Amino acid sequence: MPLTPVLSRSWGDADSFTLDGYVRHGGYTALPKALQMEPDALIQLVKDSGLRGRGGAGFPTGMKWGFIPQGTEGQAAKPHYLVVNADESEPGTCKDTPFLMANPHELVEGVAIACYAIRASFAVIYVRGEIVHVIRRLQQAVADAYAAGHLGQDIAGSGFSLDVVVHAGSGAYICGEETALLDSLEGYRGQPRLRPPFPATHGLYASPTVVNNVESIASVPSIVNGGAEWFSSMGTEKSKGYTLYSLSGHVKRPGQYEAPLGITLRELLELGGGMREGHELKFWTPGGSSTPLLTAEHLDVPLDYEGVASVGSMLGTKALQCFDETTCVVRAVLRWTEFYAHESCGKCTPCREGTYWMVQILKRLEAGNATEDDIATLLDTCDNIFGRSFCALGDGATSPIVSGVQHFRDEFVAHLDGRGCPFDPHASTVFAAAGAAR
Amino acid sequence: MLTDKTRAEAREIIARYPQPRSALLPMLHLVQSEEGYVSPEGIALCAEELGLTKAEVGAVATFYTMYRRRPAGDYHVGVCTNTLCAVLGGDAIMDSVKEHLGIGHNETTEDGKISLEHIECNAACDYAPVVMVNWEFYDDQTPSSVRELIDAARAGNPPPPTRGPSKLCTFKQVSRVLAGFNDGLANEGVQAGPATLAGFQIAQERGESAPPFPQQQSEQSEA
Repeated sequence: MPLTPVLSRSWGDADSFTLDGYVRHGGYTALPKALQMEPDALIQLVKDSGLRGRGGAGFPTGMKWGFIPQGTEGQAAKPHYLVVNADESEPGTCKDTPFLMANPHELVEGVAIACYAIRASFAVIYVRGEIVHVIRRLQQAVADAYAAGHLGQDIAGSGFSLDVVVHAGSGAYICGEETALLDSLEGYRGQPRLRPPFPATHGLYASPTVVNNVESIASVPSIVNGGAEWFSSMGTEKSKGYTLYSLSGHVKRPGQYEAPLGITLRELLELGGGMREGHELKFWTPGGSSTPLLTAEHLDVPLDYEGVASVGSMLGTKALQCFDETTCVVRAVLRWTEFYAHESCGKCTPCREGTYWMVQILKRLEAGNATEDDIATLLDTCDNIFGRSFCALGDGATSPIVSGVQHFRDEFVAHLDGRGCPFDPHASTVFAAAGAAR
Repeated sequence: MLTDKTRAEAREIIARYPQPRSALLPMLHLVQSEEGYVSPEGIALCAEELGLTKAEVGAVATFYTMYRRRPAGDYHVGVCTNTLCAVLGGDAIMDSVKEHLGIGHNETTEDGKISLEHIECNAACDYAPVVMVNWEFYDDQTPSSVRELIDAARAGNPPPPTRGPSKLCTFKQVSRVLAGFNDGLANEGVQAGPATLAGFQIAQERGESAPPFPQQQSEQSEA
């Protein structure tokens, strides 16, 4: 399957993040076309393209836009908002950050088109605070887009006006969850809301709101320029288009690979030269730590929404973290569990308490002070968290544990009854082979 | 010390949003840009400007890990110890930095120059192990490279970030950007590091691209 750089087409240019750099690659040609269309026709175009949310859940983007009530009655009469979720924090996920550093204008153009379609005149790009250079690039792109007349009052004489604010978050993974993000954006602790009502009717300031991932919105200009058929000529039957796959870990060439949905990890690894010299793949995540682990058995699974689901995991954010045989799966799972315990917002008891206790058990297990019963308790705790919290954080916390035990029970058992961890952590570092710089 | 200028800037932030309270998070970043942490005075200022109680502001500030309750160092070092970075060397880096500085997680050196934190995934896994200083990227680190980086920062001469401006800003300077004040440095630094370009370059070598836009749709085809 060939690579299909669209979002990444301009990244080779040193000035790709500037207005000039973007315009040189066809930037801001989609917005004037969109402004000539009826907003409903734009929503239909995005529906027809088959674009699905790139933030992990894969919900059809056009359908989300179509849920915004239009008209002059009730909720529809309130201001509409677009909120871009740039709070990229799922462990392993590193696509929106390099994209925004290299090509922030494509998001800005997508924001303008999306707002015109849903009839919003105010948009916020909520970007995680820990990536300050990305925030600078976004601030500058928005300022330059205003100056060029792509944002602001009466854009290109269309009568459509739009204000965009770049809003920095403050370090909370939970704010990547759309309703927690909205609470955070309203100036509160970021905690998920009970749904329904959904953001489409009661989102930001209890008004109709679309919350979309960066990559979803950034895909819109190319859909306007190329058309629904062009977009859906890439990808698989139910997972259309191109997307950014992020390869990381013990691989020869980690990085961003833009390809049609449905490419396999085997193909991506072949492109990147495979695993590091002399080592083999042991386990990997298809889309961040919240998506159940897969193994070398799953190298030929199509990386689309259906393909990954068919083997019991999720496509998620397409964050392909690859670990070789030097990595202790218990250590990996413990660290992810510590992450979920730290990031649990505390609202729901099963997630708040469950993640805390799972860390205690896993620590005991790693140190060799656990018994077979503890593995059963871990799985039982997962069972009691899954599906019992407001948002998906709790569910995600169970993924590494359940899948880790499923694929590597023997390795968990090898740690039990005083034996402890059989792995040398130094062997899995990137500086192990070189023997350099300790 | 917070001044009338801080208060005026807080009001500037409030004016960006349809509803004032949305300004609270950036206002707390603004407080950190003056005080190096969320000071009691800063909490009071936010409360006054937004018509909230100090308890309400404090409740928000304590939820988010980027808001510090004690002053950060001029250079706030974050070592990623989430699974992927930890396995690839982040744990070894964290151990080495702790020993080198004699401080632990969430502590600051006596001279106030360096504070240390172990951080969660910072969205740069293709550059693991990653270290952030004042939320700028230092990619592909080793224990010795981080020790050198910290020594240079302590001496007032830190190397520039791998993907960031040509000079490392202080914690307070960076906090102003987070409050939404453009520091004019966006055009400095690379557009992308080598890992970001991996797929792009392979596509170029192999002559692969997305199908061209249909002609009736656009004459700006990228092919």
